[in-house]
Parts: sequence; structure tokens; C-alpha cells
Amino acid sequence: MSILSQQKAPIMEALNKYKKMRVVPFDVPGHKRGRGNEELTAFLGENAMTVDVNSMKPLDNLIHPVSVIREAEELAAEAFGAKHAFFMVNGTTSAVQAMVMTACKAGEKIIMPRNVHRSAINALILSGAIPVYVNPGVNSELGIPLGMALEDVKRTILEHPDAKAILINNPTYYGICSNLQAITDLAHEHGMLVLVDEAHGTHFYFSDDLPASGMSVGADMASVSMHKSGGSLTQSSILLINNDVSEGYTRQIINLTQTTSGSYLLLSSLDISRKNLALNGSEIFRKVGEMAQYTREEINKIGGYYAFSKELINGDTIFDFDQTKLSVHTLEIGLAGVEVYDILRDEYDIQIEFGDIGNILAYISVGDRRLDLERLVGALSEIKRRYGNDKSGLFDHEYINPQVVYTPQKAFYATKEKLPINESAGRIASEFVMAYPPGIPILAPGERITTEILEYIQYCKDKGSFMTGTEDSKIEHINVLKETEQ
Amino acid sequence: MNLWFTENHSPNVLFSIKVIEHLYTGRSEFQKIDVLQTAEFGRILTLDGLVMVTEKDEFIYHDMITHVPMATNPGIKKVLVIGAGDGGTVRELTKYESIEHIDMVEIDEMVVDVCKEFIPQTASKLDDPRVHLHFEDGLKFVRSREDEYDLIIVDSTDPFGPGEGLFTREFYGNCYKALKEDGILVNQHESPFYEEDALGMQRAHKRITGFFPVCEVYQVHIPTYPSGHWLFGFASKKFDPIKDLNADAWNELGLQTKYYNTDIHVGSFALPNYVKEQLKDAE
Repeated sequence: MSILSQQKAPIMEALNKYKKMRVVPFDVPGHKRGRGNEELTAFLGENAMTVDVNSMKPLDNLIHPVSVIREAEELAAEAFGAKHAFFMVNGTTSAVQAMVMTACKAGEKIIMPRNVHRSAINALILSGAIPVYVNPGVNSELGIPLGMALEDVKRTILEHPDAKAILINNPTYYGICSNLQAITDLAHEHGMLVLVDEAHGTHFYFSDDLPASGMSVGADMASVSMHKSGGSLTQSSILLINNDVSEGYTRQIINLTQTTSGSYLLLSSLDISRKNLALNGSEIFRKVGEMAQYTREEINKIGGYYAFSKELINGDTIFDFDQTKLSVHTLEIGLAGVEVYDILRDEYDIQIEFGDIGNILAYISVGDRRLDLERLVGALSEIKRRYGNDKSGLFDHEYINPQVVYTPQKAFYATKEKLPINESAGRIASEFVMAYPPGIPILAPGERITTEILEYIQYCKDKGSFMTGTEDSKIEHINVLKETEQ
Repeated sequence: MNLWFTENHSPNVLFSIKVIEHLYTGRSEFQKIDVLQTAEFGRILTLDGLVMVTEKDEFIYHDMITHVPMATNPGIKKVLVIGAGDGGTVRELTKYESIEHIDMVEIDEMVVDVCKEFIPQTASKLDDPRVHLHFEDGLKFVRSREDEYDLIIVDSTDPFGPGEGLFTREFYGNCYKALKEDGILVNQHESPFYEEDALGMQRAHKRITGFFPVCEVYQVHIPTYPSGHWLFGFASKKFDPIKDLNADAWNELGLQTKYYNTDIHVGSFALPNYVKEQLKDAE
């Protein structure tokens, strides 16, 4: 990698140059560098408003980049070791959707673990591709879904040799990685594309101490949430392609759903963050890893909590672990993860990434200070002292193997009827139910509703999880397929 | 030469002191540290540009943060002091022969080194054999202590920057745990006057009241602190600072103090109405 070129930030430089030109804007946006919206300008700052501009010749155009955006994308491709990088302004959700839709057309099969993010299954509703689920391994002690076992992937590939692609989480929300290299090699031997959801793995590209990244093992596409560990603005993301994936076709797929008014705030944040990661990423993530490790050790000293890490590695369903993730199992102190999550926010003014049934996840990044880590540990210690309880009566797992009856697209668009959710056992769901975060569906369209799933949903509600997915915003009713459709 | 030190007491109010000489400047891992020789206040210590201690008025702060709890419970033997890098609080505590053990936890060792060199007036007793210095995060230190101290004094900077963790619920909760069943917590409680200080003051009060059955606030006037009107918090599991004050016992000790006496002890708990209202709102 040429260090010199990575010091450039073409989009930022073009915006700075453009500002100096003092061009009179008779184009959109109508706030005209903020002058037309004083309150917003006072709130966001004049600097932000002056670079909220429209696509134009000196600034390139996201839907068909030929100059500064293209140059920035090429620098990103170089930094991530990809053939090409696309700047995305619709979130990693749109990157995941673009991967799936680039790889599969309607009626074609894609292999994926069931614990994917909702964006992947949404892509199936849009495209009509057919999911073939590999059940992830489950750690029964922690109650969390793991990576895919290599043998399960192999069997699934042999049973579905016509599948076009396989989608892999790298890592999961909890920081768990499958054997990415072996799965990639296996998929390629069978002519399938390898798509990697790296919404939580941007940093893998910038450290030798972290799990392998998608591009480094020769995967074909990867969606990288720059705005998570990469430091760019929320909603900005990067889609990477490799090998024989066509740049032009991928661009066409992206443009099916992405805005034609790409925000330069988001684009410049991707550009500047890529530069920072390329130049300083290795040092940044070494520090983040150290902070996470320190906090993990301190939390484990409290007793009761279990902040897990590499000791879980088993060579298969936990092939590797992302040490920058601070996942903590809470059930032994008698509190559900989501309860600890709520107490931290309501009582201690500490906002963590998510709490689910058995665990919490605190997101550690370069922006953290030692004293904030002490606050987190201090608060967890206090929560144990003040709220710690007997663990009996707590639900102990996060993942229920689904019974898939129809494809997501067929079920979503089928003739359906609305039932009180508690009377829906035995029927087939037409919509999602999930706790968000983490956004991994408990039920996805086309899956059979069981009593066990309903009990789990009720339990999540009782514990205060934020539930979403159904048309009914209160999640009291659910759309199911009409009996005749079944 | 016309050299002045200026501090913002609010976004719209400046406070300036004429400087004779800039004796020391340095940056630690946590903050910028300066010592100035001034015409009016003698030597002053500033952290990140804010006055912490001046030779001329430090006695007010240090008298009132230590003698109020000590006169309320003369049986105090083991004390934890958090912050207080200038050493003034420890200096006052070492006047009591009855105290057996003082742990002082200061996050910034450089503050202590600078004060030892430039402000011996406050740092003179840090070598007392009963004093045990720990250079670490106060929140972390107190986390692992249980049922151990008769008194905890939180002599912190403002709730922004390195002192932030010392104004939190998790900190006060951990202090509660670290105190014995008749323990007392006294803390630097910010000021009720300017808006930003008052918000910090209310937040601190709100977070302490959740833990301690006795939760009072007392006031002092410190000329170099914003508005001059400053507060301390007195929280305890058992002792009431006025009902349990044993004035005779304290006076018999014959300690020399420049600000504190047992009358002002009682009087300092009488608060202006606007402060009472702020406290009530916070509860």
C-alpha cells in the first residue's frame, strides 16, 4: 500500500476547494449553505452546512462516479484490499441488500445462517431469492447463537449445489467468527459467491491481531459499516467487491434503491475516515483492544458477570473472536441483559449498544476514555450489589431454530390475515418479529409460529426489549398467511 | 510587565488575578498544570486553567471539608480522601491524633509532585506516616472496598474532565458500600450560583440522596471560586451534622483553625431560599 496516496482525501479536498471558489448557488439544497435555515445552521454549525451541497462537476456524482468520488473509492479499495469499493449512503443495510441482489436473482438460492441481520432477509423479500438456512451453533451456557459449523456448511452446499452464494456474518454482533477461509474456499470450489456481512468488522482490515477480513480470505463481496468501528458518520458504509464480481453490474444494483442525492457530509466522512484508518488504524485498534481487554478483566473481577473472549474459541462454530467487542453475560447475577441495559441508562446515564436476554454489549472505540470505562465497571458492580438476584426463572437462550415453510418474498406478499399474536401458534408468519437491537429476527416471513417462539416473544416484551417488525406497532397482532394459502 | 491570569466564571463573567511570575507549567496525562505567583493570593495552582488552590484562601475550603465531619464524629479512625492532590485536606486531617489511617487517592501524580515542590503550604503533611498515597482512578479504588472507612472525603475538581466520574451515581453507591455502618461522606458540591455550576450541584445532590438516609448541604464563601458561594455535601448513614455535633469535645481538642469553629459548623447548614429550592427540585 502506498502510504503517500492514502494521505489524500479527494472528496474533502474537492469540497474545500469548492468552498474557496465562493460559487453562487442556484441549485439545491435550498438552504443555500445554511443561510436559508438559521436555526438548523446554529444547531449543526456553519461548516457542516457549507458542505451540504448537490452533486456537480467539481464534486462528482455518486450514481456514476468519474472524478473525486471515484478516486476516493479507489483509495478505499486499496486500503481494504478490494478490487473496488462503493461508497454507500443508505447504511450497511443497503450494502447487504446490494450484495444479495447482485449475487441472486428471483428464485435463486442463497445459503445463510439464520442469525443474519434483518437487512439480509429484507433483501430476499425485495429480490425473491430463496434462503437456505444453516442453523448456527449455540453456546448453551451463554445462550447465544454462534458461527456456522464447517460440516453444516459442507452438507448444505452438497444438498443445494444450485445455490448461487453464501452469506457469512463476520463477526456476529457478539464478536464471533466462523471459519471464513475454509468456508470461502469450500464455496468457491462449488462455484458459489461468498458475501460477507462485516457490519461489525471494519476494524478487521486494519489489524494483524484481529480475525481475518472478508477480502483477505478472497471473499467476493463484503459490506463494511464504516460508521461503527470506522468512525464515519451514521448511515455511511462501504461495499467491497473482489474477484470476478462486475463493478458496473453492482453499481446498477446499488442504483436501484440508493438515493440520487448522495450526502456529501456522509461521503466526506467516509473519505476522511478511510484516510485515518489507513494511516492510523493499526494503532487505533490496538488501543481499543487494550481498553476492551482491561474492562473485560475488571468486569470479571466483580464476580457473577462473565465478559467472554477468546477462551470460547473451539476451532469451528467459534473459529475466532473479536477482542474489541465487550460482550457480557449477565444471567448469573439474576438479571436479563436487557434489564442491565435499562438500569445502566436510567440510573447511571450510561448508554450501551444493546442488551438481550442473557447478555449486554458495550461498544468500545477509539473515542472512549479510561474514566468512562471505570464508570461502566463501577456501575456494573453497583447494579450487582443493588439489584443482584437469584437467577431462577430467567430464560436462558436467544435462539430458536426456525421452521421455514415459504420464502420470505412469497410469505410477505401472500394473502394474509391479522391475528392476536397469542392466538397465532401453528400459523405461518407473513412478517418479522425481532428485538432491536440486535435486529436478528425471532420470526421471519414464511416461518411457522410455535408456542415456544410466542413464549420467547412475550418474555422479551416483559423484560422491556424494544420489539419491532410487525405492521402493528404494539406487536399485539401479527399478520399470518390465510389458511387457504397454506 | 502587566501579566494577568483570567478565568471564565461563567460564559459571560471573567475573573482576573495579577500575576507576578509564572512558576510552573506542565501537562500530565490528564490535564494542564500551572503554578502562578500572584500579588493578591500568593501562589495559586490551576488545572486546565481553573483555580484549584490559592495560598490566601485555601484555609476556608480545607477547614470546612474536614472539620465538619470530624467534629460530628470524633471517633473517626480510618479516612479515605479522593482527589485533593494539593494536600490541604490531608494536612487538616493529620491534626487529629485519633486518626489512624488515611488513604489518599489522586488520579494525577504530577499534581502532587508539583504541589510538593511549589505549594508546600498545603502539601506539607503528605509524608505523615499515617498517609498512604494511591495514584489511581478514585472510582476504581473505591469499587473494591467494602465496610472499611469511617469517613470518605471527595475533594474533586469540577464534574467535567478527570473529576467527572466522581459526580456519578456509581461512585456514590460505591462510596456507600465502602463506608462502615456509621460512615460519613463529605464531597465538594459545586456552587448554586451560575447556571452550569448549579446544574452540577443539583445532579450531585440527586445522585447522593438515593443512597444515604442523612443528606445535607452546607455552604462556605471562597473568594476565588466562581461567585464565591460554594457548597459541600454531608451524607451519612447515621450521624446528623447538627444534632450529633459534639462541640465541647471538639473544642477540647484545642486545634488551631482559621475559618472553622463550632458555631460556623451549625450556621453553615443554614441555606438561602434559592439554594433550598434547587436542592428540593433535585430531590
